[in-house]
Amino acid sequence: MEGQEPELGPCEFHVLAVDDSLLDRKLLERLLTTSSFQVTSVDSGSKALEFLGLLDSLDPSPHQQHDVKVNLIITDYCMPGMTGYDLLKKIKESSSYKDIPVVIMSSENLPSRISRCLEGGAEEFLLKPVQLSDMNRLRPHLLKSQTSCEDKMNNGCERETAVECESMYERESPMNSGIDEYESESPARSDGGHERENISKRISVSPPSERRRPKFSGRVMSKCTA
Amino acid sequence: MEVIQLQRRHIEHINSLFQEGYLDDQFTQLQQLQDEVNPDFVVEVVSLFFQDSEKLLTDLGRTLEAQPVDFKRVDACVHQLKGSSSSIGAQRVKNVCIPFRVSCEEKNRDGCLRCLRQVEQEFVFIKNKLETLFRVSNISRLSKASRV
Repeated sequence: MEGQEPELGPCEFHVLAVDDSLLDRKLLERLLTTSSFQVTSVDSGSKALEFLGLLDSLDPSPHQQHDVKVNLIITDYCMPGMTGYDLLKKIKESSSYKDIPVVIMSSENLPSRISRCLEGGAEEFLLKPVQLSDMNRLRPHLLKSQTSCEDKMNNGCERETAVECESMYERESPMNSGIDEYESESPARSDGGHERENISKRISVSPPSERRRPKFSGRVMSKCTA
Repeated sequence: MEVIQLQRRHIEHINSLFQEGYLDDQFTQLQQLQDEVNPDFVVEVVSLFFQDSEKLLTDLGRTLEAQPVDFKRVDACVHQLKGSSSSIGAQRVKNVCIPFRVSCEEKNRDGCLRCLRQVEQEFVFIKNKLETLFRVSNISRLSKASRV
């Protein structure tokens, strides 16, 4: 679903939302709109690249470069074809869009996946189902990227953001490190709603022999195969 | 008077669904996202869930009947079902998806069929409940509108 470039006021941000589920796209659109973002949503990574003008090459033509103004990309992780991680890498490899903050959503709370995404350059990792309170976590990255856009010489801004995110995760009580397969555990959320805080405190862990995810207050997460 | 009774029953209905664990706080999120500008948001999203689920359940039935069973496909369907039920707060449907995926991993066809039956039951139940809810809320909304 390609949208025309919306008319943005001085304080409005344009978010590109990527999710293969129509239901989740609708939900995300509503969440973003309620939070005063302009939204364009597409159903795949390749459509996202197409929208950004990156489909055929890593760099858009100078003409295309000015056509699309996107302030943040939020994408689902598990998608057929191109995963959210693949999309993240493509965006980070492009000279025109590598500075755009990318947020990844997933229904699977896998520490290894979270680290991988953050190391790959994602600003945030949100656990699905995404809620209104999660929208507040987008704004800091948008504001920072706005600053760094204005001052292209200042690369410190981006690094600051990444470091901030990492330390936010470290500060939280890590999940039980008894699971062999997980290296560094930290919950998907640094702050967030009341319920999420409770979740990080009430974690019981299954034996490391099987690759199961920890149980949270009655919500048992299942394994991800993707 | 009737409308007030309807509204009261409507609220009781929803409360019992929460109390009995059929719905979780994600449903509340949906309600919070509905307003005068988007008065049908909950119905729209829940309708998508119904449509998605019906397709997935049919697909699951077919895939589990086949010989040999394509467990990857079964798992993909259950993953989707888990995702969409979680997105609207259909907690019991979502919870059955968990053992369902375990049965997939174990390539346990009987286990999968048991889970499929269970998830179908939960789905039919919550669908009926939510459809009733929407009918009731529509009646009270229409009554309100007619009085203006």
